[in-house]
Amino acid sequence: MKNESAITVKKLVKKFKDFKAVDNISFDVKQGEIFAFLGPNGAGKTTTIKVLTTLLHPTEGKISVNGFDPVKETDKTRSSFGIVFQDPTLDVDLTANENMEFHAAMYHVSKKEAKQRIEHLLKLMELWDRKDELVKNFSGGMKRRLEIARGLIHHPKILFLDEPTLGLDPQTRNKIWTYIKDLNKKQNMTVFFTTHYMEEADEVADTIAIIDHGKILIQGTSNKLKQKTKTKSLEQAFLKLTGRSLRKENGSFKETFRNINRMWRG
Amino acid sequence: MRVIHAMWLRQLKKYWRSKPRMIGMLGQPMLFLLAFGFGFGPIFEKAGQGNYLMFLAPGVIAMSILFTAMFAGIEVIWDRQFGFLKETLVAPVSRTEIMIGKTLGGATVAFIQGIIVAIISIAIGFRITNPLYVPLALVFMFLIALLFTALGTAIASRMEDMQAFPLIMNFLIMPIFFLSGALFPLEGLPTTFGTIIRINPLAYGVDGLRGTLSNAAHIGIHIDLGVMIAVTIVISIIGTYCFSKIEI
Repeated sequence: MKNESAITVKKLVKKFKDFKAVDNISFDVKQGEIFAFLGPNGAGKTTTIKVLTTLLHPTEGKISVNGFDPVKETDKTRSSFGIVFQDPTLDVDLTANENMEFHAAMYHVSKKEAKQRIEHLLKLMELWDRKDELVKNFSGGMKRRLEIARGLIHHPKILFLDEPTLGLDPQTRNKIWTYIKDLNKKQNMTVFFTTHYMEEADEVADTIAIIDHGKILIQGTSNKLKQKTKTKSLEQAFLKLTGRSLRKENGSFKETFRNINRMWRG
Repeated sequence: MRVIHAMWLRQLKKYWRSKPRMIGMLGQPMLFLLAFGFGFGPIFEKAGQGNYLMFLAPGVIAMSILFTAMFAGIEVIWDRQFGFLKETLVAPVSRTEIMIGKTLGGATVAFIQGIIVAIISIAIGFRITNPLYVPLALVFMFLIALLFTALGTAIASRMEDMQAFPLIMNFLIMPIFFLSGALFPLEGLPTTFGTIIRINPLAYGVDGLRGTLSNAAHIGIHIDLGVMIAVTIVISIIGTYCFSKIEI
């Protein structure tokens, strides 16, 4: 065990034309850790996840994911993590089982193993009895659980979750975190997640980093953050660090579409 | 191989499950066959060109393939907006594999649609002149399907949303169809008009189909086949390149 870090980021910069979405950030996520990445809208969370998961190339800086360089060892990096994106990425015209099988094929999991994994994971996420139903008939919570199950088929060492509990009821949120904490403990799986629910981060995460305007403002345990900011709750600490002003977000087509998508596809 | 197969199978399942779309896509070629076939038939015969349905059917088969293939290609935008594209792009597979699987899937769907239209044509009176040429006709059909699925994908890769879709429909798909000689003979056309048709790849697909199914090629089956293969290869390469450049 030479490399005890699951993720290492050194002086990462990501520019889009003149705009620095991520501005010289460094952090380290230990193996088996649950790491929360917090920040207001547009702070650079999703961009960071995209760089870590090979979807975007870094402008500057060094990163390592499970000991691989996402830029040079793209496929090795990709095989080593699972991801649940902010927006649903299921094919709603396929059944739960078909979505799972498709993923197994994409990740070169043998058919025999895939069968066992799919059964195991769908049972774990309490979706086994609905495996042959089209995903378009699933509720938001079921879709999320299916996405998590899917992201785990290929035995990832890290699970990335970008706002995994957005728009879910407390029951589902609670269930999802119970599964994830369990996986984290039993399989020593590293979890890297973003959220807007401070109490979630407070409860689940071993380490928390707060990012704003592309820069990491603070990182450490929840208690450390509270001590440093002399606040009582993580939410207060967060607001103290990032300010109370509302963030400007461009009403892009994507955003509009996301809403249409939610309306029609649930 | 398994990746390509999975992508291909997904397209087929989606096609099979969307019966309204399948039937909807048949409406247009049916209308063309019936309205044009029977409407222009008498004039066509009076002009000494013989049976219009024999002439028209290969054109309408090509049309149905063109439309289905282009739509299948443009679906990439849909996958992108509904997020599914991310699932494939973050997987440890090359984009070329994804592109091949998607294109083959879309092309297969378009090809099946073409076969259905061919069967309908026969049902309303179209006769294949030489059954020995049927395999070659199928090759032409698949080439048309491949070419335009790849073209649709190439265009969709450069598009952020569906807003440009009417533009593509009216300034690309419709002209490709109407200026292909699918509806009228290529003989004795004004030079400029003839030249435009000559640079339209679908014209060669239509002519190839007409040559193999009705024994009435104007350009010649060999040239048709050569041009179709060459253009399909070029467009596929361009499509793969455009697809590899998609940023999420």
